Amino acid sequence: MTIDTDFEKVFPITERTYIGLAGLATDVKTLHDRLRMRVNLYKHREERVIEPNTFANLVSHMLYEHRFGSYFVQPVIAGLNKNDQPFICSMDTIGCIDLGGNFIVSGTAAENLYGTCESLWEPDLEPEELFETISQALLNAVDRDAMSGWGAVVRIITPSGIITRDLKSRMD
Amino acid sequence: MDRYSFSLTTFAPNGKLLQIEHALAAVGNGSTSVGIKAANGVVIATEKKTGSSLIDVSSLEHMVMICDSIGMVYSGMGPDFRVLVSSARKAAQKYRRMYMEDPPVRILVKELASIMQEFTQSGGVRPFGVSLLIAGVDDRGPNLYQVDPSGSYFPWKATAIGKNMVNSKTFLEKRFDSDIDLEDAVYTAILTLKEGFEGQMTEQSIDVGVISTIPTTQADGEQKASKFQRLTPAEIKDYLSNVA
Repeated sequence: MTIDTDFEKVFPITERTYIGLAGLATDVKTLHDRLRMRVNLYKHREERVIEPNTFANLVSHMLYEHRFGSYFVQPVIAGLNKNDQPFICSMDTIGCIDLGGNFIVSGTAAENLYGTCESLWEPDLEPEELFETISQALLNAVDRDAMSGWGAVVRIITPSGIITRDLKSRMD
Repeated sequence: MDRYSFSLTTFAPNGKLLQIEHALAAVGNGSTSVGIKAANGVVIATEKKTGSSLIDVSSLEHMVMICDSIGMVYSGMGPDFRVLVSSARKAAQKYRRMYMEDPPVRILVKELASIMQEFTQSGGVRPFGVSLLIAGVDDRGPNLYQVDPSGSYFPWKATAIGKNMVNSKTFLEKRFDSDIDLEDAVYTAILTLKEGFEGQMTEQSIDVGVISTIPTTQADGEQKASKFQRLTPAEIKDYLSNVA
């Protein structure tokens, strides 16, 4: 039964780090709230903004704290560190970090996404080229999965800012 | 005034907690310790005074590493210092467990200061009889902090605590320069200790610790952050021979 077609599951953590939480909606919400609290406390205590890899370790730690009774989410984290280098990783439900390589996937269409990303990715893509690549990879994987769909949002994180675009896609 | 000095948790009419004043007196009886923040690192040093020549001085641990990037020294009561070292190391590892990196110095200092403050506001305990000098390198560069028995902490460019702190600080004020190199800072720290040292200063009678901001290049060409290091007696002897 389709309840919502607009469920936001990608959240900004800092201006340059985003987290995507795929999984059980209630856990997505709770985890986002808890992470926001932790990151705000970090910012005030340390008087600096959290780096993406540090944030990933924090998420991993929080998930493993619930090793026996876990959150049903599989996070994907992407960001730029203070030297403008990109960082991506994903995690399983108990916090095992997968630093991956060139791309990271998560969700019900993960298997499809592995396929599309593997074929379409190439090194040294500029932001606009990257946008095209990720949009095609996402849409073609999602269209072949019954449980995925109802629109897509792409965010490109660059040193000068975030480019956010909604994709026109099959609404089913 | 005596009416207010036995209970830690009672303010005296002049606004002071007398137990803390007495704790500071205990610090003032302790061996002098000195710290200097250089442009490219931090150095901390202390006297290892022993009452007898029969003591195995090499086994005394006045200068300790808290984690790879932070070291600590004290003036005051040795046993109280050991308890704080234990707490500091645990706090640093807890931070590491969560964030997979060493805590910034200011975070560790806040944690230690918080512990020391707890012992000024709880029943049945007494304040720690030590002042700490904490030296380390983090994202902001070199750091030097002092933490007092009350839980107050101060960032310093150069400072001294313990028996000879007043003269030592005057000495440092004349010689300190914010562009000072770490090597020169080590010499200055040793000279400062020498000023107030009774008797002959040897490599066995002082402890020196340094941490540099410059990463070390390993055998395979990889750059690794420098660790906090206690100077060996042989290294201290080298410095002393150039200073004498």
